Amino acid sequence: MNLLSELGWMLTDPFMQRALLAALLVGAGAPVVGTYLVQRRLSLLGDGIGHIALTGVALGWLIGAALGVAPEAFAVPGAVVAAVAGALAIELVRRRGRTSGDLALAIMFYGGIAGGVLLIGLAGGSNGNLMQYLFGSISTVSGTDLALTVVLSAVILLVGIGLRAALFSVSHDEEFAVASGLPVWLLNAMVAVVSALTVTVAMRVVGLLLVSALMIVPVAVAQQLTHSFARTMGTASVVGVVVCVTGLTITYFQDVSPGATIVVLAIAVYAVAAAVRPLVARRGPATDPHPDLPDDVELPPGARARTDQEVCT
Amino acid sequence: MRVSRTTAEHVIEVERLHVHAGASHILRGVDLTVRAGEAVTLLGANGSGKSTLVKALVGVAAPSQGTVRVLGARLGTDRVPWERVGYVPQRAGARTGVPSTAAEVVASGLLSGRRWWLPRGWRTRVRDALDQVGLADRTESAMHVLSGGQQQRVLIARALVRDPDVLVLDEPVAGVDHPSQEAFAASVRRLVERGVTVLVVLHELGELDEIVSRAVVLRHGLVVHDGAPPRPRADHDAAAHRHLHPHDDEARRPAPLTQNPVNGSTEEVVS
Repeated sequence: MNLLSELGWMLTDPFMQRALLAALLVGAGAPVVGTYLVQRRLSLLGDGIGHIALTGVALGWLIGAALGVAPEAFAVPGAVVAAVAGALAIELVRRRGRTSGDLALAIMFYGGIAGGVLLIGLAGGSNGNLMQYLFGSISTVSGTDLALTVVLSAVILLVGIGLRAALFSVSHDEEFAVASGLPVWLLNAMVAVVSALTVTVAMRVVGLLLVSALMIVPVAVAQQLTHSFARTMGTASVVGVVVCVTGLTITYFQDVSPGATIVVLAIAVYAVAAAVRPLVARRGPATDPHPDLPDDVELPPGARARTDQEVCT
Repeated sequence: MRVSRTTAEHVIEVERLHVHAGASHILRGVDLTVRAGEAVTLLGANGSGKSTLVKALVGVAAPSQGTVRVLGARLGTDRVPWERVGYVPQRAGARTGVPSTAAEVVASGLLSGRRWWLPRGWRTRVRDALDQVGLADRTESAMHVLSGGQQQRVLIARALVRDPDVLVLDEPVAGVDHPSQEAFAASVRRLVERGVTVLVVLHELGELDEIVSRAVVLRHGLVVHDGAPPRPRADHDAAAHRHLHPHDDEARRPAPLTQNPVNGSTEEVVS
């Protein structure tokens, strides 16, 4: 009973209410976008955008200082602008194919961090000011922050779920999408923009350094459990919500970093799923997986492969 | 059929098409016309430009010169009715990071520039398309557990699900076992009988011998034959036949490679 009343107290705390709502939205939205990134083998894109967003935070800080207003006021808008620009830039590089996406990501990583540290110094701030963006500060979510989170999360979920068929087609087989007449460039740009928005929204919850984990790890969990794209996305979203809300609740009682707790929790769920899967999953094809296909060669009687052996490659 | 088939409609019209890929000049002025209801095969050795021509037809490869018209609409300027064109690429795209089911892959064939969402009743249409290629019981199977031939059939179903008037297939039977090739030939025959225009890239005619009405042979980016399907060379299946030829952009090549190892002729070998 004690635990229940404690949880009841937590839910009446306005700070906690805002934090929980933000965690819920981010937990649901980030894995939806992450599914497309994993499908395109761009799992590290979120990290690249996160680093660029740090430069955006510092740039917003610099503008705020120059205008003489509270320096934090422009931090999040700065992050949004920089993240969107960075994500579109990397999409352009990927499209041109001059530099490999891998190299472009690496350059974003270094440039983002170096730019952020450089600009925050110019703005008269310290590296300490960047810490809350690097590692998250969900307990200090204000009403304005929450409003922005709700709006951006709505955009993320609308695009990510509403356009799922078209985005799946483009991510699965881009040439076929071109041959279908789908606006491939526009759809790719949408994935990039939505990834950037996810990074800036999740920045408050888990911090820029751990944003990508929230987009990718729930997808890794879901892949252990299902073979379908739609179910992977749905499962990942549920996992995201559960780890975000649970992680946040833990930090209400234990004074630990919410972002780190959420990510460690997600990885723990992944470890459990990976360990349990071989025990519960239907045993691989126990019989010939292609019984409808005749053998290509004539086999003497008794020479057939035992049916429990994996014959297909 | 939605097409009004007045007189011989030109479904595909290619004029003086040049395509470059980097420094190599792959297509060097190709002309090709396919009329409604025809079943045409594109033949040619490896590297002759068959796949590039097909990619240029569906807008994947950009022409450096010349024009391509599909169903009367010029690529690059007009709005092409892609929802009437079914494209089967050579291979399943590189394996993606998230597994997907056969039904999900086939469903993406229902989308087009005009339709970004799946239509009502898409499940039935997807199941019908998979049924046409003999995979009705594999709807919920993940793509990566299917065999190579089955994956190829899923891609054919993805092109058929939109009920196309034109079907463009790039080596649909490469690496597919014999029974699957026969099943494929049977479904192409049904489509041709229904009036679907088919352009199919092949390495050899094989099972489709009796279905195709015309063959276009490419050699080094040029059309060298357009007419009745040619017979394969008598020595085509001989042990000494070279299936793979190093190709050189210059007309001159080292003598030993241009000579046919069997009869010593300098004619290039078309497989």
